[in-house]
Amino acid sequence: MTEIRVGLGTCGISAGGRAVFDAFEQVVGSSREGISLCETGCMGMCYEEVLVEIVENGNRYLYGRVTPEKARDIFEHHVRNKQPVDEWIIKNRVNSEREAFFEKQRRIVLRHCGHIDPGSIDDYLANGGYRAIQKVLKEMSPEDVIECIKNSGLRGRGGGGFPTGLKWQFARQASGKKKYVICNADEGDPGAFMDRSVLEGDPHSVIEGMMIAATAIGADEGYIYVRAEYPKAVRRLRNAIDQCQERGFLGRGIFGSTHDFSIKIKEGAGAFVCGEETALIASIEGKRGVPRLRPPFPAHQGLWGRPTNINNVETFANIPWIVMNGYETFAGMGTEKSKGTKVFALAGKIVRSGLAEIPMGMTINEIVFDVGGGIRNGKEFKAVQMGGPSGGCIPASMGDLKIDYDEITRTGAIMGSGGLIVLDEDTCMVDLAKFFLTFTQNESCGKCTFCRIGTKRMLEILERITDGEGREEDLALLEDLAEKIKSSSLCGLGQTAPNPVLTTLKYFRSEYEAHIREKKCPAHTCKALIEYRIDPELCTGCTLCAKKCPVQAIEGETKAPHRVVQDKCIRCGLCFDVCPRGAVVRI
Amino acid sequence: MEMSNAHVLKKEIKQFKVDLVERAGSEGALIYLLQSAQESYGYIPEKVIHYIGEVVGIPAAEIYGVITFYSQFRLRPLGKYVIKICEGTACHVNNGKTILRALQDELGITVGETTEDGLFSLQSVACLGCCSLAPVMMINDETHGSLTANKVKKILKGYREDGLTDSSGT
Repeated sequence: MTEIRVGLGTCGISAGGRAVFDAFEQVVGSSREGISLCETGCMGMCYEEVLVEIVENGNRYLYGRVTPEKARDIFEHHVRNKQPVDEWIIKNRVNSEREAFFEKQRRIVLRHCGHIDPGSIDDYLANGGYRAIQKVLKEMSPEDVIECIKNSGLRGRGGGGFPTGLKWQFARQASGKKKYVICNADEGDPGAFMDRSVLEGDPHSVIEGMMIAATAIGADEGYIYVRAEYPKAVRRLRNAIDQCQERGFLGRGIFGSTHDFSIKIKEGAGAFVCGEETALIASIEGKRGVPRLRPPFPAHQGLWGRPTNINNVETFANIPWIVMNGYETFAGMGTEKSKGTKVFALAGKIVRSGLAEIPMGMTINEIVFDVGGGIRNGKEFKAVQMGGPSGGCIPASMGDLKIDYDEITRTGAIMGSGGLIVLDEDTCMVDLAKFFLTFTQNESCGKCTFCRIGTKRMLEILERITDGEGREEDLALLEDLAEKIKSSSLCGLGQTAPNPVLTTLKYFRSEYEAHIREKKCPAHTCKALIEYRIDPELCTGCTLCAKKCPVQAIEGETKAPHRVVQDKCIRCGLCFDVCPRGAVVRI
Repeated sequence: MEMSNAHVLKKEIKQFKVDLVERAGSEGALIYLLQSAQESYGYIPEKVIHYIGEVVGIPAAEIYGVITFYSQFRLRPLGKYVIKICEGTACHVNNGKTILRALQDELGITVGETTEDGLFSLQSVACLGCCSLAPVMMINDETHGSLTANKVKKILKGYREDGLTDSSGT
């Protein structure tokens, strides 16, 4: 029996996965039996897409960067003639360091992603799925379950880091017959795609986690609040829920017990603030997603005023594993106060971008260099941005920092939901702060004055600075506004909105000062502060830059030095990129 | 455009009306109904706001408030192909601005507009969540990654050809 698995997560599809799948389908169709072709979720190595795995008698061969042509060759040589095509197999590549991507990882949340067919409940069952919920229903009391999760040390993976077991206990103890469990899948941070990959690659594990939570707190109804921008995740979830209903895993008396549980999907309509739990609840109720004052916490008064427990996708995906493997195993990983693993979406200027699950306590340097393979194009590592618009930048000099909720918070950044953007010398920190503030300013729901207007004023100051019109007193003004926004906003969005500005001011203050005092952008990013020129000594007059220039701002005769007409130049940098001699300089 | 769509969408509008009757009484159905209406009509016409308001008993002004709060809802029809350009962090640091400029140049419209031939609408979104493929855009349900200005041109050309043959065929 030979199995061909094509990685068809969103990343795989955009890299051309469907064409590869079709190519396999054609050749398999005309072949004999004993070969199965299926799709699977994100394997995490997005930088190697399209990924294809051939499973033969328990041996796994992973092919990277597969095209439809390669697919036909792989089928011909490997599947039909049992001759694996060594040069395309990732593990066999000359540089075995590629393998390092997985070596330091510890896969709990992503245990099934990329290995099972997410559309098949039987595949999930065959891999130990739905055993944890049956164990809970048969052998454990709700109190046992809560104790187990408390002892595991699991903390909310959405970014807040609140102890999950404690949250469940509050919801369990809250009075009221009707209770709800909500899965927060409104992954909104720009730069984060962990939850999408889990929902696309292993939807059943999230559903099982919700079942266990529902049993523990005594809820009979669940909601998954998922972004409508994730159409594939929504389809996979619907399919998974249907399958569960057919088998009696969801509905009345799940798994033959006396416990009822059903799950509905609510598609978010596009509002970042709905990731905040009280805003999310308002949105499920069909209202504008505006947060409200806490307490009362959702555990006491949540959806439609009833006790409600909200956890994030990744938190739920951890639950079945903890129940099956014991809280001791989970608590054995990580630091004193941060246990288990964390999934990170590695992106930015890194060699191996993708999805990595690492044990807590690993250092930032290990993630960037060992797992991520270092910085692209041999550039210098400058900083990592963690926690998206609510987080901050941690400079390369602090690369020995351990991944731990409290240690990261001390730097001014936050663990966040798992977006980890790696920045190199070409990233301007003022521009990056401006980018995040533009985002939060847009997404502020408008309820609190400081969040609504204060972020706008901060943004105006940053725009002024990057346009070369910054004033000496601007930095003090930014800090003053930041403090006031933090202390007078109702929800996490406003309370954390100034973080990107504050952390860059803390660690990269000299960059702000260079923009203001010298009217220079040290990273050569801010267009108002840079100029492109052509070095007449180096220019051979090959005319390549002039041909590429979108606004005809480069003049010169063939085989004679060219020059940039500054009035016309839009500073797009194309000439800088295409010059084969390095004659275009940026100052 | 309006006419031919009205014919094609008859089935969906029927579905919306079924949804409306079935879900009118259930708690928190408003957003679902708006999504269903948008699915059917391609946008949310003013008439529909009043219609929903009457059936579910929520004032039209409040429904308008909900519509304008969420970025998914629109009050005007869209082009056949909706291009969502990602403005996420990874796309930002990987030169996403160049891609946006290429799209705008190629289509002759800016973000929030629709081309005159009704083929393309251009929107920007905070993050599409496929950061490792940055810079990224989505056209209807299809994601396109690792974009360059040239690749954008090629992709648009493909859609343009498809779009024109489709409409002449029916």
